Amino acid sequence: MAKILDQPRYKCALAAMQTVQSIPGAIPILHAGPGCAAKLNDNNGTSGQYSANIFPCTSISEKEVVFGGADKLRNTIRNALRVIDADMFVVLSGCTGEIIGDDIQEVTQEFSDEEKPVIWVKAPGFKGNNYVGHDWVLSAIFNQYLKTPAPVQKTKGLVNLFAGVPQQDPFWLGNLRELENLLRAVGLTPNTIFGFGRGPENIRKLPEAEYSILVSPWTGTGSAEFLEKKFGIPLLKYPVLPIGAFETSKFLRAVGDFCKIDKNNIEEVIKKKEEEYYYYIERFADTFLETRIMGKRFTVVSDAQYALAVTKFLVNDLGQFPETQFITDDTPEEYRDAIRAQFRDLNYGIQADVEWNTDGHDIDTKIRGMDFAGTPLIVGSNWEEKIARQLGAHFINISYPMIDRLVINSSVAGYSGGLKLLEDIYTAALGRLSL
Amino acid sequence: MQIGGDMPFNFNNSNVGPRETRLGSITGYAGDLENLVYCSHNGSLKNKERCFSQSSSCLSGCALSQLLGIRNIAIIYHAPSGCATIAEGANITLGQLAARINKTTNSVVVSTDLDENDTVFGAIESLRKIIKHTYDTYHPDAMFVSSSCVSGVIGENIDDLSEELKDEYPVPVIPVHCEGFKSRIWASGFDISDHAVMQGIVKPPKGKRPVINFKNFFESARPQITKLFAEFGVAPQFLYLNSTVEELSHISESLATVCICGTLGTYLGNALEEKYGVPYVRTINPNGIAGFETWLRKIGETIGKQKEVEAYIEKQRAVYIPQIEEVKKELRGLRCVIGMGPGYTYEVTRVLQELGMEVVWALAWHYDYKYDNGQVPPALDYLQKTAPKDMKLSISDQQNYEVMNILNRYKPDLYFSRHPGSTVWAIKQGYAALFVADEYMIFGYEGTLSFAKTILDTIKNRSFEKNLASRIKLPYTKWWYEQNIDKFMTISQTTNGTNN
Repeated sequence: MAKILDQPRYKCALAAMQTVQSIPGAIPILHAGPGCAAKLNDNNGTSGQYSANIFPCTSISEKEVVFGGADKLRNTIRNALRVIDADMFVVLSGCTGEIIGDDIQEVTQEFSDEEKPVIWVKAPGFKGNNYVGHDWVLSAIFNQYLKTPAPVQKTKGLVNLFAGVPQQDPFWLGNLRELENLLRAVGLTPNTIFGFGRGPENIRKLPEAEYSILVSPWTGTGSAEFLEKKFGIPLLKYPVLPIGAFETSKFLRAVGDFCKIDKNNIEEVIKKKEEEYYYYIERFADTFLETRIMGKRFTVVSDAQYALAVTKFLVNDLGQFPETQFITDDTPEEYRDAIRAQFRDLNYGIQADVEWNTDGHDIDTKIRGMDFAGTPLIVGSNWEEKIARQLGAHFINISYPMIDRLVINSSVAGYSGGLKLLEDIYTAALGRLSL
Repeated sequence: MQIGGDMPFNFNNSNVGPRETRLGSITGYAGDLENLVYCSHNGSLKNKERCFSQSSSCLSGCALSQLLGIRNIAIIYHAPSGCATIAEGANITLGQLAARINKTTNSVVVSTDLDENDTVFGAIESLRKIIKHTYDTYHPDAMFVSSSCVSGVIGENIDDLSEELKDEYPVPVIPVHCEGFKSRIWASGFDISDHAVMQGIVKPPKGKRPVINFKNFFESARPQITKLFAEFGVAPQFLYLNSTVEELSHISESLATVCICGTLGTYLGNALEEKYGVPYVRTINPNGIAGFETWLRKIGETIGKQKEVEAYIEKQRAVYIPQIEEVKKELRGLRCVIGMGPGYTYEVTRVLQELGMEVVWALAWHYDYKYDNGQVPPALDYLQKTAPKDMKLSISDQQNYEVMNILNRYKPDLYFSRHPGSTVWAIKQGYAALFVADEYMIFGYEGTLSFAKTILDTIKNRSFEKNLASRIKLPYTKWWYEQNIDKFMTISQTTNGTNN
């Protein structure tokens, strides 16, 4: 049912065109209005070999609304294959095409003999947001592109890795690369499909992996489970994006257990990594302790991934206390209990209240009523900048919408990501009082 | 043709026809300037549709971003979440823009986040509740209730609801029809916002005020224009960015309306003239020297300040013309391709020619064969008289593959574009490009001078495009570069212009 969406922090399912775009060589073909892609392309860093205005689009008009858009789609796909130099085409249908009942599966399958794969995905905006759209896109690609029947020759140590939603998560690529580094450090070979140097050949390699790891509280579950079922790849669903030493070491231990890596090896890697991490922490510990306007309590307003990851980091690494945390990604009900449980599982028996909310004004009102017992720390998106200013809070922009901060490839994941987040937090504080 | 005679404005209905049906505008043509104008005049101009197209823009973006610029209003967007992405930019950008004039804005977009259930059962009652929630939360000075593709197709009646709510709130509740499939011409959205303002906010005049309505986008030249107009004893009322509902209610009392972009201004300018007798100053726009002088003289004539205007022009010419002439020496003969909205294509082409450069191909994102007064756009009219007759020209709703093909064929020294996401492709193909982003980038003498200098800087350091172009893979096949640019254009309909 319709609901109040004030201060949106997600987009519609069709924005999962960005998931396609993040696979080098793959391009979306949109069966949608002329301006859907331009609107959904509102993050920084959305150029690349194909940007939104390169995406072929049927640009549905009144004529198609009345007479149907299948012919237009057919022409668009046929000519896209001639004009666009791509390795993979993914047809996504938006709201109007779905309401008027165009059969994109039938039209797309006419191109099944083409040299280049043409995949279809229904992604109307009214069916869900881009967090679920991302999963639909991946499931469709895995299902339609990976036709190889089991059993497949396995490659020892090869692990499929998935994490944050490309482009919706501003740190998606930096985080993914850092998580890859962590897997390499314990002797695994990560296989990812997004970003520089990856592409359809990495999708083809997915079935060869011994394991899959999904670092996400819920997004991407369907597609990762699809790989598990179709190719029998054991799946580690790890809900917490690890930030900082405590959570990252925990992550490595979980990976070690799951992938049957010698415990001593894991502990040796952890020891080295933690020593290095604490070398830095030690050098700046006085800054962390003695910044006068740094309080002890914080709130996060973000998607489930960052609300959880930042809470774990600030509590378990830095010794802070959580106020109520807000999750803004409209997490499907079925996942909420498990996420709630994660917020109760913090060091020293600390428990964080968590609330799902899409009404930004209501969130602001609740933050205003919180007792921060000092200078508040608010971690969120552009939307929180205002309430942070009004409360004199320290403010860190970590998630969409991130309009006035540029992130190219930096990461907030892993040991180094913890240090990066500390840099950001204390830069915000020192920028206001460097006494 | 009588001015305004064939274009009745009907503010009793919330719908306004898109440019295709209202003005006979087109989005598909490839040829030259002379032929385009010839065909427009004898009624043989045919729109060409494409059997292959790329994603472009939606009229809702133009309509709602114009309205959002008004301070302290609310848009209740009856749409799925993706349509509401305009809210994100509005939050940051509008705050930054208001801060430039030491103001704040509390304009908001609240969406109904339509889901599948709503497409089956409708959601008009939820919309009613969310309108109430929005009013109670923000107390806006006006509420615009916008439809979308989804609410349009499933037949949600925002007109009846707005009518019902009129007496419930002490502020205007105005329906805005933003079904994106209505038009290929996103500029139709400007007309939709003008229609909403005329229908719901502008009041009949109680008298005249020494004010000139100045329609623009981001008002970066606000200080200069305010100072300029003060010399002639009038104050500008900038529209719509940073205006208030109260200010807008009085724009019928102004001495005149001017607009920085013909595409942006045609509906409001002509509507104010027809309905309330506020003269709409229609000249070429104040870009470059001829543009600035023609425009300023017409304003002087409209408000009876010819003498002051001439004195001003003489004073400024003495300062700037010698400097512009100096830079021109180095620009002479540079070959350019330009791709912009039609409000700027003809304008910037004129300026480039004024600076001694050659425009080898001009693209306009659509073509208004006439404006809402039934007349040919002044900048096009001017260009017919001054530009080479065989100047190549195409109409394309920002179809990037056509732009890239043209660049590859003509290998210009420079590409100019005003629309986000266009210049980057020229540099990736190795051509120097300049983003003519701000509507005041070529404003007046000073703007023309700095524009000329920026062109020089652009061609004198080509490091960025050379570095990038040598390392990337282009998105198009070799096959495409071998085709004619109108390969996918097919004649399917004549325009709906009055000449047919």
